[in-house]
Amino acid sequence: MSKRTPVARTEQDDGDGPSEQPDSERADQPEESGVETGAEAVVAGLENAGVEYLFGVTGGAIMPVYDALYEHEELTHITMAHEQGAAHAADAYGIVSGRPGVCMATSGPGATNLVTGIADANMDSDPLVALTGQVPTGFVGNDAFQETDTIGVTRPITKYNIFADDEATVGTDIGTAWALANEGRQGPTLVDLPKDITQAETDQRPEEPSTPDTYDPPTTAEAVMIEAAAETLVDAERPLILAGGGVIKGEATEELATVAREFEVPVVTTMPGTGAFPQTDPLSQGIAGMHGTGYANMAISNCDVMLAVGTRFDDRLTGDIETFAPDAEIVHIDIDPAEISKNVEADYPLVGDAGVVLEQLLRAMPGRPAAEAWREQCRTWQEEYPLDYEAPADEPLKPQHIVERFDEATPADTIVAAGVGQHQMWAWQYWTFTEPRTWVTSHGLGTMGYAVPAAIGAKLAAPDREVVAFDGDGSFLMTAQELTVAAREELDLTIVVLNNEAVGMVRQWQDGFYGGRHMASEYPWAPQFDKVAEAFGAKGLRAEHYDDLEETIQEAREYDGPAVIDAAIDPTEDVYPMVPSGGDNARFALNAEQLEGL
Amino acid sequence: MSRGELPGPEPGERTHPEGRRNGQGIRIDPEAEAERSAERAVLSALVTHEPGVLAEISGLFSRRQFNIESLTVGPTVDDSLARMTIVIEEPRSGIDQAKKQLEKRVPVISVRELDDDAVQRELVIVKVNGDSPDQVNAITDMYDGQTLDAGPRTVTVEITGAQQKIDDAIDAYRQFGIRELVRTGHAAIARGEAPTAQVSEPNQAPTEAQVATEEVTDD
Repeated sequence: MSKRTPVARTEQDDGDGPSEQPDSERADQPEESGVETGAEAVVAGLENAGVEYLFGVTGGAIMPVYDALYEHEELTHITMAHEQGAAHAADAYGIVSGRPGVCMATSGPGATNLVTGIADANMDSDPLVALTGQVPTGFVGNDAFQETDTIGVTRPITKYNIFADDEATVGTDIGTAWALANEGRQGPTLVDLPKDITQAETDQRPEEPSTPDTYDPPTTAEAVMIEAAAETLVDAERPLILAGGGVIKGEATEELATVAREFEVPVVTTMPGTGAFPQTDPLSQGIAGMHGTGYANMAISNCDVMLAVGTRFDDRLTGDIETFAPDAEIVHIDIDPAEISKNVEADYPLVGDAGVVLEQLLRAMPGRPAAEAWREQCRTWQEEYPLDYEAPADEPLKPQHIVERFDEATPADTIVAAGVGQHQMWAWQYWTFTEPRTWVTSHGLGTMGYAVPAAIGAKLAAPDREVVAFDGDGSFLMTAQELTVAAREELDLTIVVLNNEAVGMVRQWQDGFYGGRHMASEYPWAPQFDKVAEAFGAKGLRAEHYDDLEETIQEAREYDGPAVIDAAIDPTEDVYPMVPSGGDNARFALNAEQLEGL
Repeated sequence: MSRGELPGPEPGERTHPEGRRNGQGIRIDPEAEAERSAERAVLSALVTHEPGVLAEISGLFSRRQFNIESLTVGPTVDDSLARMTIVIEEPRSGIDQAKKQLEKRVPVISVRELDDDAVQRELVIVKVNGDSPDQVNAITDMYDGQTLDAGPRTVTVEITGAQQKIDDAIDAYRQFGIRELVRTGHAAIARGEAPTAQVSEPNQAPTEAQVATEEVTDD
């Protein structure tokens, strides 16, 4: 079949307005001629950026770009079941690989279906490039078929977006979007590709990916401020490091560990910062926030100097801002000046690249803080408030137990994906994370349905590593159709549905704050997920009892392809510790009775 | 160990510092504490002159709930650039945050907060009932305005000046019955040698050195 099929042409000519069809003779020698259309310039732009995978769904306005991908072996297109899945898969690819994932969709509904995934990437500063088809420029603004103002819709949820209105520069636009997604504080970008532009003739090869001249992210912090911050840290009696997602995004985990160990400062991580510091390290003080560990939240509440790196002080971390680390002078390292003093005032703002600034700080430290008593106090809190659950053998499976057994069975570099809800919190709490880029979930936006497509993107980014996705029954039902992709692409991954036949986190809140009125939170009609998995071409398994759990885990791991375990968990189990929304971090509840007393 | 038998103290009995932060995340100094109140600031932003920038900036202000009093935009001597003048009313932390959020957007080249002594002008066009044309003219003269249109039933005038002058003039015209009025919003430029917002500025908060230089030039 030639590169441009007569079928494609007929479609393009069919009511799409002015179409400038190139001469057919080019099809004989595509390799020699290089770029000949806007669409080929787009593909060349992706190749320039070293893109390996595209996650997408085709459709009318994006067809010229898909057509230009025909017979392109360097770029592998993964056809997803739904555009939301494409965005999440690309997002997870970006988290695991550190380089922007790329998703594609057509105009109108294709673009709007990407929106959730783009917004998710925006909240979590995940590197993502979205390419959307658009109606021909002459039709824009006329409410044409499948027209949506994608630029307008995505402006508030992208780092930058570009309406590509010139075939001569459309390939370069791709490189600009890729570079902007990748550099500085990472985030999502979008290029909107009108069909007449991608169809138009051009022989302009795209320029190498680069950010605009006006984009100049800071690298090093001011020397004066570094010195002041270093002095404050050395004088601290109760110093604490708060490691956020920026430590991982900024590839600064080694520098962070050096600072922590050199000066013996305990380290707490945020949820996106999970994996920034090994949880097996004696200085690890655990995970903080609404469902963080009690000992991490006690350390946060009582520290006198906090070195916060790459965190935006989200409300799920801080709780009530008035009681957040109330005695602490805050040294805040962030590459985005707008994060400084946005939610919590920084006494020592250090704007720059996390790794670079941590090294500056390391060099400037005149000594180490005398904090032995504080470290002892931190260890005491670990003993006083360990993560804990009961698992009687004759009762239904406890989700925490399943997470722990999986963690024990798998290698340390296993990638854990999760959806959003109770299952996500159990996975976060009970897995021991020791490496960066192993915790892949939706943090800021809280997007249910993230896990299955994320597992797909994660596996393609790290094909030699194990991928385990924890999902809830509610979350799984939102994107389960992406199993078809995992089966088709023969991706060896395991999805564990912690099934309590409810939107459990909502139900937990209803029990805690709405008088136990379970409105729209219970799923007594849930399907059998193992059978759903089989129907999609995946391996389906059930876990209902403690005695055969290990066996089921092994069977799922050994299966060469996607396996889904429908795990019937104790439907009465809830997530603790819990700091109620807007509460004081030190007043976390360890059980329902304590929650009621708050 | 079961969850009911944890050794740690109950929520209300745990160690917790006495200090507090205020709602803006600032540690409270018990000596002198008050929530910082809103103040008015004039921001000048140099942006690339391309479609969508106005929507981007106005969207930014609306979605982050910054309270803006006026926003004007127009071309500059360089065709590829436009200048926005934004009057914002926020506590100091909100003004700083607005500046940083503006600077962060890719099409924004530089942002500067203008000093109080910056040259600020606004224009208003007022259409009043024409029953007492002489009295209308007297007020227009008093505010150095111009009559743009006069007919048997209406008189239309233009006044240019700082905000207070415009407000005063509008009050003075009320006695005749204002049929319609249009205000342009603020245009502002730094006084003397002081820069407004320039291309050469790095797209980030000014360093201490830059701030120091600026203060010197202001004198």
